[in-house]
Amino acid sequence: MSVLVNKNTKVVVQGLTGKEGSFHAKQCLDYGTQIVAGVTPGKGGLIWKDDEGKYEVPVFNTVEEAVKETGADASLIFVPPAFAADAIMEAADAGIKLIVCITEGIPVNDMVKVKRTLEGTGVRYIGPNCPGIITPEECKMGIMPGHIFKKGRVGIVSRSGTLTYEAAYQLTMRGIGQSTVIGIGGDPVPGTTHREAVEMFNNDPDTDAIVLIGEIGGTMEEEAAEYIKENVEKPVVAYIAGVTAPPGRRMGHAGAIISGGKGDAKSKMEALREAGAYVCNTPAEIGEMMEKALKERGLL
Amino acid sequence: MKIHEYQAKEIFKKYGLPVPRGIVAHNAHEAECAAKELGTPVVVVKAQVHAGGRGKAGGVKLAKSPEEAGKIAAEMIGNRLKTYQNPEGLPINCVLIEEGVNIDKEFYVGLTLDREVSRPVFMVSAAGGMEIEEIAKTNPELIIKEHVDPAIGLLPYQARKIAFKIGLTDRKLVSQFAKILMTLSKMYFDLDASLIEINPLVKTKEDNFICLDAKIDFDDNALYRHPDIQELEDTTQIDPLELEAKKWDLNYVRLDGNIGCMVNGAGLAMATMDTIKFYGGEPANFLDVGGTATVERVAAAFRLLLSDPKVKAIFVNIFGGIVRCDRIAGGIIEAAKQVELDRPLIVRLEGTNVELGRKMLEESGLNIIPAKDMADGAQKAVEAAKGEL
Repeated sequence: MSVLVNKNTKVVVQGLTGKEGSFHAKQCLDYGTQIVAGVTPGKGGLIWKDDEGKYEVPVFNTVEEAVKETGADASLIFVPPAFAADAIMEAADAGIKLIVCITEGIPVNDMVKVKRTLEGTGVRYIGPNCPGIITPEECKMGIMPGHIFKKGRVGIVSRSGTLTYEAAYQLTMRGIGQSTVIGIGGDPVPGTTHREAVEMFNNDPDTDAIVLIGEIGGTMEEEAAEYIKENVEKPVVAYIAGVTAPPGRRMGHAGAIISGGKGDAKSKMEALREAGAYVCNTPAEIGEMMEKALKERGLL
Repeated sequence: MKIHEYQAKEIFKKYGLPVPRGIVAHNAHEAECAAKELGTPVVVVKAQVHAGGRGKAGGVKLAKSPEEAGKIAAEMIGNRLKTYQNPEGLPINCVLIEEGVNIDKEFYVGLTLDREVSRPVFMVSAAGGMEIEEIAKTNPELIIKEHVDPAIGLLPYQARKIAFKIGLTDRKLVSQFAKILMTLSKMYFDLDASLIEINPLVKTKEDNFICLDAKIDFDDNALYRHPDIQELEDTTQIDPLELEAKKWDLNYVRLDGNIGCMVNGAGLAMATMDTIKFYGGEPANFLDVGGTATVERVAAAFRLLLSDPKVKAIFVNIFGGIVRCDRIAGGIIEAAKQVELDRPLIVRLEGTNVELGRKMLEESGLNIIPAKDMADGAQKAVEAAKGEL
């Protein structure tokens, strides 16, 4: 088992015929992901083929049609920033319950409106500006390099793409596999928060431990820490990036900015430590720390 | 993106918000003429720079005569204003000369995204003026908060609620104040602002509200739909290295240390800075070269790092995912040859085809110090920057 996606997940790719969409859809198909449909308005009826001619996927004008014709139940979005919010809402309206939006650079107010529109609909969306989600050896819905992941029992949730890879790779190198890895993305208005991801892992009987990777800005990590303190028995290994970032400066991720003394790395680390998490000083320690935590609990 | 106060006030005016009469001046003569034209016994001379805390830093001064306004303007223009938000200072290219206002009471009004609830939030306080950041820390209860539903904008009752909470009672003033808040809410969504701030919003002795200051920051991601706002950008207010980085689509922030960093991914870039600091070094910058580290971009990044004389060593930390390590190594070698690297270069590569990538670096004939992992790389960079490697 795992959370959110598995080998039965049927994926529709919005923006399949674009450069990014085509490239990454092929990588996902190579990994074994079931991509059953593509959506590009105006290109309905086309059959998409990858550059080597290995795969063929039908393209539709609307997500509604794609769902009706193929039974797709998850959407992976690669459309450009100006159209991404619309694409998320279209997927939700078509009855898709899991949406992963990779697109970077979506206006913040667009995502504020998406969040408002999807409130209470039961739709789980991940991103934007994220690497996606992967259940190793079953389903890859995203742009991560699949081969660094290994099937196993540790869940990872992270705001940063390359730090996710860093953590997964360290675990894999130590023979520690992952149940599901969720990249929630670096934007200030994420569809899924750390807390929600931790809750999913906590409720998943096949996840034994959790890696939480956060960064400065916002209060998501503090909220997750509160939840962990009250509810989580499973070991949590945490790392927060941005200890050295000066206040008020934006560090690449629109989300990574400290304002008014709130959301700095030290307060996040403190909150997580207080919640019982193993907190790493540098990301180089994540693998080692997890191995130690699992051994301490007799899980390895 | 940031704009100047006078530009923000132009926008305020278009939306019908009350602002003082004001004229922009680029030299002492213009300032003197402006003060004469305004004709009030006192005028205010305000340095136009992209930084808060101007008042404390001496960037806002009263002048009791046109001559004095000219004199103050002459002192300001051409100099740099150093504020607590920007200790290096920003160049003052022009000043805003404004009519004096009979201040009775000052309020603070701010509107920005509350990330906890993913909605914009009004923050209003009767304790207006310069010390709002201090109040937020010491007496947060003095700041009234009200969230805005993005589907419908601020509602009139919410605006009135804030007005009453900050102690307004007079019906005319309450309605004036509420109208200002409703307008700000509309403006925030119309213009894709990320922050609107009036500090202070002033109640005059004549019982009117007037926006004495105005600040608008815009969401960079949304600028594509506001070409008119894009034109307001003043690049003299941006660090020249950061400006150069922007041209290459590199995410760069200059810091004070001496170890130049080049990393792929914003999170890993921050983590690299932290790791350097953890081992006793100081990062010279944040630099994210992005997922596709091509030769051109890596070379541009190298040139950027080398142009900072403080940089004593460079630490390249790349996790090769979809883009394989051998391709990245090729890019680093090619770029390093192009820019004639004259400072120690520490490279840590990890990920797909890492063995091949490392071998290429070793055999390149370049003076590259390989690192086996991030911690090792950071330690080597710290030693190299001290001249101990």
